[in-house]
Amino acid sequence: MLDQAALLALPPYGLKRQEKHAFLTAELTALTRLHAAGCPEYARMLAASGVVPDGVTEYEQLPPLPVRLFKEFSLRSVPDEALHRTVTSSGTTGQQVSRIYLDRETAALQSRVLARIMENTLGGSRLPMIIVDSPAVVKDRAMFSARGAGILGFSLFGRDTVYALDEEMKLDLPTLRAFLAKHEGETIFLFGFTFIVWQYFYAELKRLGETLPLEKGVLVHGGGWKKLADEAVNPARFREALGEVCGLARVLNYYGMAEQTGSIYMECECGRLHAPVWSDVVIRRPEDFSVADKGEKGLIEVVRVLPRSYPGHVLLTEDEGRILGEDDCPCGRLGKTFEVLGRVKHAEVRGCSDTYESH
Amino acid sequence: MSNREKYLNAFVKALEVTPGEAPALVYGQSKAWDSVGHMSLVAALEDTFDVMLEMDDIVDLSSFEKGKEILRKYDVEI
Repeated sequence: MLDQAALLALPPYGLKRQEKHAFLTAELTALTRLHAAGCPEYARMLAASGVVPDGVTEYEQLPPLPVRLFKEFSLRSVPDEALHRTVTSSGTTGQQVSRIYLDRETAALQSRVLARIMENTLGGSRLPMIIVDSPAVVKDRAMFSARGAGILGFSLFGRDTVYALDEEMKLDLPTLRAFLAKHEGETIFLFGFTFIVWQYFYAELKRLGETLPLEKGVLVHGGGWKKLADEAVNPARFREALGEVCGLARVLNYYGMAEQTGSIYMECECGRLHAPVWSDVVIRRPEDFSVADKGEKGLIEVVRVLPRSYPGHVLLTEDEGRILGEDDCPCGRLGKTFEVLGRVKHAEVRGCSDTYESH
Repeated sequence: MSNREKYLNAFVKALEVTPGEAPALVYGQSKAWDSVGHMSLVAALEDTFDVMLEMDDIVDLSSFEKGKEILRKYDVEI
């Protein structure tokens, strides 16, 4: 396996298909061995799949672990004393909570990789930041959720950070106005979960008939479209609506689990989600889990070389999507591009940070 | 106030610990210095010494001693 420094030195979107595929196959096979040695449950599942790491010639042969297993089992490959933090998905009533175990190395690696990805999107310097959420989300440490972890992960790029919502999830206009006056003329970085941005930021500005001068802002948002799909809001409508209330021209979605911030897929200016060098996506046919063709709809498998402390390197999500291309995006970034088409019907869970319930 | 005192103060305020506890703290090894505390600490150090840390230095800030080493890169001697 490559060490941290070598991994981080890779260009985020700079490897062509063949080179990237060989790199991922080597790293993911090594991770499979590491986790099989450290996590007995994973070793049993691997054995049951019949796949032997020594026989793997393409990473697509590695058996993906369904994400829901992280709810049913405590899956980790390091002892208690090595744990740095445990992140839980923000489960709502009746849903089981998934647990991700991070050691110091994996946590640091995720942060640094996220830094590389975001530098590519935003440029290298930290920007004045508005978190479109409530500070209450990160205050209750006992209930530290995927939403909190996502906010803190992205906070790395911010400086002089403010929250757009107060403790009761109400829009805090005086704070926002003061902040924007102070940083007039600067590029502002906004981060929030898609549903929260829509419901508590956009809809509230609209209701109040207020606008904010965010023409130089960049909004990065993620967490799933499930709740918005119910309201018939699609990405194009979302973008247009934010332009109306605050002039935001750059609205970039990302796909990925909020609590695993190093493993995100950022949207480029052409509107495509990109797999960076440390990750990939494979679309699988639900009937036999074979690899689908370009353009064909199927289940999204995510692979990434970062998880060292839990066997999350090859995962089968409950999302559907399709590959748009590889090494051919007009934006110039190499790697696969894809789109997410929604959640599989009857899937047990909702979007992992899409769980704010009004009381 | 000396830089040493200011540095200690930033830890005490951001992580809500006593001056006696601060020097032994390691990121992720205590309740006080978790990822929430971490961002408060970064903000406190930046305010105190009027610097802006690079992202990699924020990730590297893993102990009381390490913080001193990082600040040296920004010409702040603790």
